[in-house]
Amino acid sequence: MRKEELDRLADTKLYDIADKWYNQMQNALIPFISLPTRTKHNIEYDERSEVWKYGDRETLRNANNAKGATHLLKMAYVVWFIRQQLRENRSSTLREMYYISEGWKRAKFGAQDESNHLIEDLEIITELSREAFHLRPEEDGASVYGPLRIKENTRRGEKVLHCQEDVGESGYSIPNNIENVDFVEHDAKFVIAMETGGMYARLMENGFDEEYNAILVHLKGQPARATRRFLHRINDELKLPVVVFTDGDPWSYRIYASVAYGSIKAAHMSETLATPSAQFIGVQPSDISHYNLPSDTLSEKDIEALKAELTDPRFDTDYWRREINLQLKLGLKSEQQAFAARGLDYVTKEYLPARLSELGVL
Amino acid sequence: MDLAEELAAQQRSISVAEFFEKNKHLLGFDSPTRGIITTIKEAIDNSLDACEEAEVLPDIYVGIKRVDKDVYRIIVEDNGPGIIPKQVPYVFGKLLYGSRFHQIKQSRGQQGIGISAAVMYAQLTTGVPTVVISRTGHKSKAHRFEILIKTEQNEPQVLKDEEIDWDRMHGTRVEIEFKSTLAAKKKLIDYLRYTAVVNPHARIQADIDGEKYTYERAVEQAIVPPKAIAPHPHGIEFGQLKRMADTSKDKVKDFLINGFSRVGEKSADEILGIAKIKPDRKASGLTSDELKVLLDAMQTVQIPPPPASVCLSPIGEESIVQGIDKEYELDFVRSKTRKSQVFSGHPFIVEAAIGYGGKLDGDGPGQLLRFANRVPLLYQQGACVITEAVSGINWKLYNLSQQGLPMGPVLILVHVASTNVPFTSESKDAIAAIPEIQKEITLALQELGRELKNFISRRDKNRQVEERARAVCAILPDIAAKVSEIVEKPVPDVTPLEAQIMRKVVVKKRVNNETGKTEIVINNFTRNAVTLTLYCMSPDNAADSLVKPDFTDTIGDEFNIVWKINVEPESSWKTEFSGTAHSTVSVRGVEEKLLVVVDLAGI
Repeated sequence: MRKEELDRLADTKLYDIADKWYNQMQNALIPFISLPTRTKHNIEYDERSEVWKYGDRETLRNANNAKGATHLLKMAYVVWFIRQQLRENRSSTLREMYYISEGWKRAKFGAQDESNHLIEDLEIITELSREAFHLRPEEDGASVYGPLRIKENTRRGEKVLHCQEDVGESGYSIPNNIENVDFVEHDAKFVIAMETGGMYARLMENGFDEEYNAILVHLKGQPARATRRFLHRINDELKLPVVVFTDGDPWSYRIYASVAYGSIKAAHMSETLATPSAQFIGVQPSDISHYNLPSDTLSEKDIEALKAELTDPRFDTDYWRREINLQLKLGLKSEQQAFAARGLDYVTKEYLPARLSELGVL
Repeated sequence: MDLAEELAAQQRSISVAEFFEKNKHLLGFDSPTRGIITTIKEAIDNSLDACEEAEVLPDIYVGIKRVDKDVYRIIVEDNGPGIIPKQVPYVFGKLLYGSRFHQIKQSRGQQGIGISAAVMYAQLTTGVPTVVISRTGHKSKAHRFEILIKTEQNEPQVLKDEEIDWDRMHGTRVEIEFKSTLAAKKKLIDYLRYTAVVNPHARIQADIDGEKYTYERAVEQAIVPPKAIAPHPHGIEFGQLKRMADTSKDKVKDFLINGFSRVGEKSADEILGIAKIKPDRKASGLTSDELKVLLDAMQTVQIPPPPASVCLSPIGEESIVQGIDKEYELDFVRSKTRKSQVFSGHPFIVEAAIGYGGKLDGDGPGQLLRFANRVPLLYQQGACVITEAVSGINWKLYNLSQQGLPMGPVLILVHVASTNVPFTSESKDAIAAIPEIQKEITLALQELGRELKNFISRRDKNRQVEERARAVCAILPDIAAKVSEIVEKPVPDVTPLEAQIMRKVVVKKRVNNETGKTEIVINNFTRNAVTLTLYCMSPDNAADSLVKPDFTDTIGDEFNIVWKINVEPESSWKTEFSGTAHSTVSVRGVEEKLLVVVDLAGI
């Protein structure tokens, strides 16, 4: 869609929200808006797109109580602000919008989480992404290193980069607006996304990308939307398999889940953000005993998180139930860098090739 | 002369009047300020008692006139049965002359000291004789007396007795003049007000040196006077028993049955069995030692409590509430009349009430109103069992803060009615700490405390709900303003939205140009059903109205269409009729502050 078209669409859809409220008030009705409930209890697997999306449960935001009224007021201010921004062809970061709200009196946000959440609500209502509102996130996308040539449409003009030859050791940084990136050519067999910078550097140092024609992606913890969108596109457009390599603890499994199945917070974007075919390499709980990895005991919070995952519909598969129950039984967790106990080459020479062939990637 | 003889020459008998002349504090005349209150109190007690006995609704006038720098003339006039002329001098001019001293029943005055003590006080301070006017009915003329007391003999001295014309059919008026001050005027007004609270059947008018006060009657029913009962075996002392036995002509068994409350054949036999006295002996023939044995035996035998319903006259829960309601406008009043109980053979009833909020002072300790036999107790609060019981309760349990007494806008009333109220002294200011009485007071107040707690928490909750609603109403105009700015249309009227949140009744009228109809919708957002009358003035006759009008007529060239409607809480009513001409609606039957009528813009 052309930028002007997208701007006009966003403008119209935002206007419609306000117009609905206006009509409600004109008919002596207390203004309200209903939204899908955004908890794990209201995400459903969509057979067609193979991702998790919001279900039918709705939460009514009604101005008949102080909390609901304040929420609606804030939403009205944000709608007004975004339309203003669209007309003036400006853009701002989520954090900037949070600071701008300082001047909104009663509609002022208490914390940035609140304004981020409200923007997500608007994405859901308008079925548009926040980029359409000219809003961008603060954080960078992840780093990429591997046999891939891209073309990026930057503010300073078009740039073509090879992700091994034209970048330093920190790799190519995925921009916030991934739609400005095109894949030119590649010589890769698969993409391996890693949780920690340490493992990303280990694979680079050991020449894993060259030996196996792999594109290395550093997720930097819980991946940003741009990173997930990048993985989705590289999988979709280049038909490259994606594998995810994280620590062996409950929080890391959630990193994998948000890559593969979509996150609960952004389930409305799952279709464009998730990579359903992404596979989990490890560290698997069964690896801890199988490779006799150095480990820590699970904390109470870890156990709680594992139990919560057992009720999370995204983890409701035989594989995950078996692995999570095993981990609860072991009471242990291991980091991905624990393989160093067997030598610095062990992970690239033994573990990854073995797992990749198990998964049918090699 | 021997010293002993010298002393003997000085020794002589003292009359009661002389004794009290020297001991004025015992009767409540210890200071000039208190003199006024005591006098009025005694006079009003007498008036109320007399009216009660005659079963008339009391109409009492109290006047205080300053006649000299520190001399006041006190006038109390009632519409009671009057006093026969022969007795007037004794009632007012002889101490310890009374009709109730020997009777066992609830009454305000008892010993017959009060009013005659006032007469004596007047005589001592100004020497002005007391004037009494009394009339017993329309057949006899009123008598006017001027009376003094011969202190040495405790006998009345009548200076004047004349028949006069008096506009009252029956009643008594007393005028007493003595040295005093009005320094305790507030206390006096308190006394009158408290008296009005526990005597809601009385009308009291007062003229305090030109300032007029009226305490209106709230209950149009005279009190059923309590009847005297025979003494109860558990409430008698040796002296009284001996006096009764000495004057009795009965055999001892009949003496027990006839002379005492609740003693029947069985109890009498049991008592005599234990005392080992033959039932057919003459009561008057018993020796002091035998009477002592008999008295002990009477205490050991189980005997039902005295018949309190006969000899006691509690105010009653409803009358107390009415009494408090008329004198204090409060948000909450509850009262409790306990069942009768007994201490040392004397029946008593405790009544209590708690009032809260309204115009009561929210700072400092609550008010404590103490009463004994419907008489307010004004002094020595700290020495009274009522105060002790109130302070002994943990009021924090009932959402009140406490420093001895509960704090805040709270009023506590306690009434102890008994045939023999155990006062700590003859000035009758405080009730002695009798455990049985204290327990009853505590139980009554605890029960009321629980009701008060419910009231306070319900009120707090309602307030919270209202505050929340107000918070929403503060935001709605902002939403309306911002939303209008976005859609670039005029700011909509949020009154009906606020009405919905504030739980009101909203009546909306709108003209629908598409359907060619006028619609009227009533939403009842309150928690109660409402019955209202809807009037619509319209050039259209509403003949096809969805809901048929109850009444239609014409005023000028317009139709006046009337519906009588009942709308349940949280539900709505709707009608529509053909016509899009301008019309106006109005509603009756709903409180102004609960109603919002809006004319919505047409579609």
